[in-house]
Amino acid sequence: MKKVLIANRGEIACRIIRSCRALGLETLAVHSEADANAKHVGEADEARAIGPAPAKDSYLVADKVLQAARDMGADAVHPGYGFLAENAGFARAVADAGLIWVGPAPETIADMGDKARARALAEAAGVPIVPGSRSFAADDNAGLEEAGAAIGYPLLVKATAGGGGIGMKRVDAPAALLETVEATENMAEKAFGDGTVYLEKLIDRPRHIEIQLFGFGDGNAVHFFERECSIQRRFQKIIEESPAPGLSPKIRQAMAEAAIALAKQERYRGAGTIEFIMAPDGEFHFLEMNTRIQVEHPVSEMITGEDLVALQLRLARGDDISRLNQDSITARGHAIECRIYAENPDKNFLPTPGPLEVFRPPREGGGIRVDTGVREGDEVTYFYDPMIAKLVTHGAERGAAIEKMLAALDEFRIEGIVTNIAFLKRIMTHPAYLGGRTHTGFVDEHKAGLMKE
Amino acid sequence: MAEQVMTQAPGNVWKVLVKEGDSVAAGDTLFILEVMKTEVPHDAEATGTVSKLHIAEEDAVDVGQLAVEIE
Repeated sequence: MKKVLIANRGEIACRIIRSCRALGLETLAVHSEADANAKHVGEADEARAIGPAPAKDSYLVADKVLQAARDMGADAVHPGYGFLAENAGFARAVADAGLIWVGPAPETIADMGDKARARALAEAAGVPIVPGSRSFAADDNAGLEEAGAAIGYPLLVKATAGGGGIGMKRVDAPAALLETVEATENMAEKAFGDGTVYLEKLIDRPRHIEIQLFGFGDGNAVHFFERECSIQRRFQKIIEESPAPGLSPKIRQAMAEAAIALAKQERYRGAGTIEFIMAPDGEFHFLEMNTRIQVEHPVSEMITGEDLVALQLRLARGDDISRLNQDSITARGHAIECRIYAENPDKNFLPTPGPLEVFRPPREGGGIRVDTGVREGDEVTYFYDPMIAKLVTHGAERGAAIEKMLAALDEFRIEGIVTNIAFLKRIMTHPAYLGGRTHTGFVDEHKAGLMKE
Repeated sequence: MAEQVMTQAPGNVWKVLVKEGDSVAAGDTLFILEVMKTEVPHDAEATGTVSKLHIAEEDAVDVGQLAVEIE
């Protein structure tokens, strides 16, 4: 393994290039027409254009990415997150082309990408799952009423192929069940080409807590503790931290053991995350497994001092990483990540593409880390995700990390577009956040206090 | 009352839900932009009839562009 093609853009492409360089690996960037002068293109050793601006014509086209690898002599592919990262067909095509896939086995990606299958595998590993029903399809809704009654109301209708809050609907009473199920089946058929749905118990005021895993592909796996990711908007995370505030050592341990059991059962290979939903009483359930590096991985790196992307690459390269074992992974202090988005929280999080006339992140070091894929003078285009940077701070305890975050947010200067920086500061100073009273409805619950009047 | 509905952000027109001559009520969604992977619905603020459509599906639009006129 000599040259790694990075099938991504933005901050994660830059992040992967950094670890490649540290390991002496050459890097090949791919880019759309809109990204010809992007930061990740400038930082890679080589770059290759793969098509027009819309992702469906460039970053999502497996054949173009593979062609770039062949033409430029890359021998490995790191997918980052999003785009083709959880596309089992792409992972298989990479391997079939004789290249090294920096990720888990294609079969694992396929298994975990199918929600019903993932639930069954979690259950088999002894991981608690949210009470739910069998799958229903448009022409097969028999027993629906009984399934709803067994779970109880309110409940959720979820598309089997959905994710990220897409294809998910709440039902408060039996009368609305059939109608909601049919509408979701219809939508899922159009959006994902798979119209099956299932019912799931709705957990009120849940917290989203996940375990960072690393598997060796031989049935052995370690964890890097948990991340709390409850502060979200539109089902997307805004703030992540570790450790999860107020989580009892007993629950943390049980969660980690459950995650490890599933990773071992699947003979998981590389970095992955198991997401849990936790009820206010501490009961937790399997939500899903992400078979890739995640946006918020720096939080775990800050508390453990490990480089997860480097570990992915070293495992793929065949390095001996046997020195990594559970006892060698220790957590120190508290880390928080704030996602800087090009969006206006005061206008219902309206995305705000435009020119970065000023872009000056705080200085890194001393417990402050900035991962970004943009520079001053760049244009934030409307084609891609609105996340333009991740600001991560580390302190001896939570209060110190929050204080550092506030100072860093203060120092972060962005002009030309509206961002969520002021909104993040309001969360960081909100009594409910400071008290660790987080749940996934936090932003909605405290809307009045978080928006500019 | 005539109403001019402007685009709220640069993006791609994902769905146009009305056509010229349609009656609309305040709050009805007229069209949806796709901006940074996010759906941004644009609603009518007043009741009336769509007199002119300036956009079509898959158009690339800028912010503040006249999209729909309602009379």
